[in-house]
Amino acid sequence: MRPLDENETTVVFEKIFKFVGNNLKNIVENPSHEGPEQDPGRYCFRLHKNRVYYVSESLVKRATNISRKSLVSLGTCIGKYTHAGGFHLTIMSLSVLAANAKHKVWLKPTSEMSFLYGNHVLKGGLGRITDSIVPGDGVVVFSMSDVPLGFGVAAKSTQDCRKLDPNGIVVLHQADIGEYLRDEDEL
Amino acid sequence: MVLTRSKKRVTKSQTPPSKKAEKPQAMALKRKPEKPQSPALKKGAAKSQNKPPMKKQKKEVVEEEDPLENDEEVSDVESEELGESDGGEDGSNGFFSDENKEENDEEDEGEELLGDDFLEGSGDEEEHSDDSEEGSDSDSDEGDIEKESRLIDEEEAKEEADAEAELLDFNKEAGDDAFRLPTEEELEEEARGPPDLPLLQSRIKEIVRALSNFSVLRPNGASRKDCVEQLKSDIASYYGYNSFLIGALFELFPPVELMELIEAFEKQRPTSIRTNTLKTRRRDLADVLLNRGVNLDPLSKWSKVGLVVYDSQVPIGATPEYLAGFYMLQGASSFLPVMALAPRENERIVDVAAAPGGKTTYLAALMKNTGLIFANEMKVPRLKSLTANLHRMGVTNTIVCNYDGRELPKVIGEKSVDRVLLDAPCSGTGVISKDESVKVSKSLEEIKQFAHLQKQLLLAAIDMVDATSKTGGYIVYSTCSLMVAENEAVIDYALKKRSVQLVKTGLDFGQDGFTKFRENRFHPSLKMTKRFYPHVHNMDGFFVAKLKKMSNMKQGTEDDEEEALGIVDEDGETMEGMEKPSVAKKQPKETKESKKILSKFKVDKSGKKDKKSKLKIEPKIKKKRKNKTTVRMEISQAREEKRRAMRGKSKEKQ
Repeated sequence: MRPLDENETTVVFEKIFKFVGNNLKNIVENPSHEGPEQDPGRYCFRLHKNRVYYVSESLVKRATNISRKSLVSLGTCIGKYTHAGGFHLTIMSLSVLAANAKHKVWLKPTSEMSFLYGNHVLKGGLGRITDSIVPGDGVVVFSMSDVPLGFGVAAKSTQDCRKLDPNGIVVLHQADIGEYLRDEDEL
Repeated sequence: MVLTRSKKRVTKSQTPPSKKAEKPQAMALKRKPEKPQSPALKKGAAKSQNKPPMKKQKKEVVEEEDPLENDEEVSDVESEELGESDGGEDGSNGFFSDENKEENDEEDEGEELLGDDFLEGSGDEEEHSDDSEEGSDSDSDEGDIEKESRLIDEEEAKEEADAEAELLDFNKEAGDDAFRLPTEEELEEEARGPPDLPLLQSRIKEIVRALSNFSVLRPNGASRKDCVEQLKSDIASYYGYNSFLIGALFELFPPVELMELIEAFEKQRPTSIRTNTLKTRRRDLADVLLNRGVNLDPLSKWSKVGLVVYDSQVPIGATPEYLAGFYMLQGASSFLPVMALAPRENERIVDVAAAPGGKTTYLAALMKNTGLIFANEMKVPRLKSLTANLHRMGVTNTIVCNYDGRELPKVIGEKSVDRVLLDAPCSGTGVISKDESVKVSKSLEEIKQFAHLQKQLLLAAIDMVDATSKTGGYIVYSTCSLMVAENEAVIDYALKKRSVQLVKTGLDFGQDGFTKFRENRFHPSLKMTKRFYPHVHNMDGFFVAKLKKMSNMKQGTEDDEEEALGIVDEDGETMEGMEKPSVAKKQPKETKESKKILSKFKVDKSGKKDKKSKLKIEPKIKKKRKNKTTVRMEISQAREEKRRAMRGKSKEKQ
């Protein structure tokens, strides 16, 4: 387990920035209430076995005496590096992203299950959508009852969405909570 | 019933032949002032009183008969009579008003309730019986009725006597036609073909019945042992157990309870879920799930987060709420060790065998994501589900590691955490309803291996806890097994090896653990542990024990010292039991021990004990392998000295 070096930090932050924008500051500087000390520490990012974890500092301190082979997970895993060197955010980062998301989309109840199976979000399933979405932005997908379902990349801007036909893709699927059942091994 | 019947008969017998004779009689008996009431009123009153006696009528509807058809014309007049009689009294003039009332109501309602066809058949019978008794009713009405009622009472008494006689006969018959154990030839025959299930089942029931009252019901000449052996083999072949497991269960329960337990193992326990309080509340979750078509209820009064699912239109393990981490599928018994551990916020907790993560996530929810949890799991394939569950439920204060639980103290450090939860790997004899393979796959060797592993794990867990922790110092040990070797014996071992004490689990239901079992005698505080059974509590078989670490010293011999001095009230047997395992430890730890013991006794008890401890330590240091007699002598010596000291002190006081 080691802290991220510069390149890695940039890559990770860029990915997160697409979803949360300026709230990135929030994420990085959030006072954490984990750890047995009374005063809040801070969160930090750590790299372990190609996975990036978002952990409280006090947890990191205590995890240092666990050997590299035996340490499996710390705090929240937010993503992993691929063999090629790219970085992907995984579904486990949903709680962090959802709390700070700038661009949100709400799905109608009928199309929730479709998204949870891994399909893209179609115009017909769209309930609400926040304004000022640019294609290529990260979007967090919610159900109508504000339960976060997953996230993806916007395919069209908000304006274009209004003109789209019902089968047009609005959000390209990247991760959803159905993966906890479908792809448990991949996580 | 008797009175009404007789009334009925009287009325019926009376009305057809002597209608007109009755009317003046009835009128005469009734209070005259009621006569001048207007017909309208009477009828109204009659109708209003139709309702209260309805119940009587419904019983007697079958008995209605021709009077219904015959008396239609008279109904108006009789309703008038009724109106008069009932208007004034509450049946205190009793008899006549009641009978008339009934009659009237029957007539009105009999027609409404049932068709004539229905009544005719029954009516005929009634009439015959009535006719037979009519003869005796020629005297004054009251005398007749008393006679009739007496007759009926006698009949009933006769019937009861007959019934009792029958019962006795039945019992006798059962005894004569008695159940007997199958002979060898019969057994051979049975063994040849496939097992005859109904025969087995009936034999099982018979033997259980016989065993419950063996002196009376013993099958001819067979010994108790034979009955038990036969029962064991029958249960084994009927339900599919191996002989070891049946034997072990037999030692734990009496035959009747054993049958209940085995029946309970054949069925599934109800599916239960636990609300994730980090993300939602039970009430909200229940509402959402009810909307999805899940039929559920709160689990029971001892849990504020549990829900039991009866049936569901959607798969309960795949709803969007499940995937969003609002709840966890978890058996009710798994709530118990976490409730017993009761972690506080900002504590350091270790979960030694954490996968798949139900208990770990419950711990995190109780701590509200503060503090720190080490979730350890030895088996690599199970780590994925543990990690996934933790992330799904939104737990952020956990470090997941992959160690053998016995190595954990070296890694995490000794005396470094506040609480430890050890849900030990076990034989699983309490969860046979989930996994039938346990019935045939367990043997004595395996139980012993598990017990050995569990003892080591428990000692490691105890070592990790910091006894001086402000809010903590607790270890909870739990298994999903019913075997004493894996439960009480392991705790007893730990009590001897470390300075821990049992405390109340905080669970106010469940059966107490055993303090003695066959040849074993355990520490009396073992009764603070809890056992749960499927047939009693409707949850998987479980065992929970909560230990408090008293001091950070690791001693195996301090307990010896205490016992020798009679501080802890135990027999020589336990001393002997302890001698062997702790002999090895004694040598290196002697010098430290003696000093510590002295200091401890100074703190705990009065000054007189110091002298004794000094006296006692020296002989103990010398002894290596003592036989039982010398040990016993030492104990008795110690006790005598104590008594002398007590006498000395009391004399001083005087």
